[in-house]
Amino acid sequence: MIKVHNLAKAFGAKRAVDGISFSVERGEVLGFLGPNGAGKSTTMRMITGFIPPTEGTVSVGGFDVVENSIQARRLIGYLPENAPAYTDMTVFGFLSFCAEIRGLRGDAKKKAVQRAVEMCFLESVLHQSVETLSKGYRHRTCFAQSIIHDPDVLVLDEPTDGLDPNQKHEVRGLIRRMGEKKAIIFSTHILEEVDAACSRAIIIDRGKIVANGTPAQLRQKSESAGAVTLRVSGVTAAALNQKLTQLSTVKRTAILNEETTRVTVRVFPRANVNGMLASSIADAAQGWHIEELHTEEGRLDDVFRNITMPDTEAKPVTTEKSTTAN
Amino acid sequence: MNAWANIKTITKRELAAYFSSPLAYIFIVIFLLLCGFFTFMVGGFFERGEASLVRPFFDWHPWFYLFLVPAVGMRLWAEERRVGTLELLLTMPITTWQAIVGKFLASWLFLALALALTFPVVMTVNYLGTPDNGVIFCGYIGSWLMAGAYLAISCITSAMTRTQVVSFIVSVVVCLFFILAGFPPVINMLESWARPWMVDTIASFSVITHFEGFQKGVLDSRDIIFFLSLIGFSLFTTSVILRTHRAG
Repeated sequence: MIKVHNLAKAFGAKRAVDGISFSVERGEVLGFLGPNGAGKSTTMRMITGFIPPTEGTVSVGGFDVVENSIQARRLIGYLPENAPAYTDMTVFGFLSFCAEIRGLRGDAKKKAVQRAVEMCFLESVLHQSVETLSKGYRHRTCFAQSIIHDPDVLVLDEPTDGLDPNQKHEVRGLIRRMGEKKAIIFSTHILEEVDAACSRAIIIDRGKIVANGTPAQLRQKSESAGAVTLRVSGVTAAALNQKLTQLSTVKRTAILNEETTRVTVRVFPRANVNGMLASSIADAAQGWHIEELHTEEGRLDDVFRNITMPDTEAKPVTTEKSTTAN
Repeated sequence: MNAWANIKTITKRELAAYFSSPLAYIFIVIFLLLCGFFTFMVGGFFERGEASLVRPFFDWHPWFYLFLVPAVGMRLWAEERRVGTLELLLTMPITTWQAIVGKFLASWLFLALALALTFPVVMTVNYLGTPDNGVIFCGYIGSWLMAGAYLAISCITSAMTRTQVVSFIVSVVVCLFFILAGFPPVINMLESWARPWMVDTIASFSVITHFEGFQKGVLDSRDIIFFLSLIGFSLFTTSVILRTHRAG
């Protein structure tokens, strides 16, 4: 549904977006991640046709957003950053206006407004002026505007920004459900949202795509992915460490926490032993009292930091304390 | 057909926006008070002893509009940019032109309403004497066209900034130029050193020169074309400015 090819945007000498390409099909929810100023909003503005690209093309449902702008825009629902809405109107008036400008009239308009109001839980503020709404309600009002015409494509710029945890949960659920039938792009810098709602995620940094894959694939890139965390009592750190480093499956170990009676250690596997590490540790651990033993799935925020801050101390602090074998 | 429906939707919203804030009512009250005061007190309507509205009533309009029309037009785009709704509006399936025309029409209709509410002046002059109502009607048409020209200029300045006050001040200055270019004292001063063709050229840009005809009851196509082309050119400039902003 959405095809972005070699898209670039220059503001003066600065290239806010620098040659990015990706596509989103129906039934996909694409999470758009990146630090502030990475070019997320600029990319979304180009997809929705608000700003023209310096280079490259965007097509939505087969329509180029520059050449056939109006046709492309009909297919898109857009929630801009900060969720703007006409403050002088009531929620109902605002949604009616948006439905009307989307070409809905009469009964169709009434139904569309009603559906959007129900989906975004706006009944209680329907006849209140937008100006008087709390941030969460205002955000949902603008969100309702973006889905009012039941669009095939949704572009949501930080849809959960400013919502309380319950509302965040609701909106993520809403995005996931709608994602079954639509093509959705949403930007966020809350990594747990990627797990909660996305089928795929792209990380961009300084205008370039630096990672692209399912949340599980991205987590694989984390240093801790596949490592085993072990907590045992009744053994000293040194003895534990010695025993573990002798195993053929173990690359190195890192002591995470050491108390008088118990030790928590992270064990990193050698290549190609995935899955075997935990059981080999369990075999070697005869006689210890194991309190915890689990394989790490990898952490998205580690991946995110490693990718977007390569120059600074993005490595886990624990490596300082680690005793490295090999 | 579709384009017209979009324009209508926007015009409706903008008109509603005027009346949802006190600005509309304040504007109308001030405009009517000014009209009444200047016509009957300063303009010497009664002392003249003639059943005409030209001097006491319409003569003041270019000056009223100088301050009142930029106040009406200043929010058109500046407010959209400040709140961020511009991004919403321009990603809707409408063209920039439809948005510009829709907004302009809303403000122009609002000014038409304010102008229409001066009808007691017309009733008064009809009660006291037998004026040429055709001339008065012509004056109203001209006054409305002139307001439209000021308004279109305010559209440009409003699109240039996100601060309404800046928009207001700049458009007052620009509109002042369009008045002074034909203001008799300025013309006299110019005549003392400029060549006649230069004076004519400058004076031909003045709204006063072109409003004159309407006041006398003459619907000259040149005057109508002047105002309409000023409106058209200003709205075109507005679209260029909006596009430039989006291009970054």
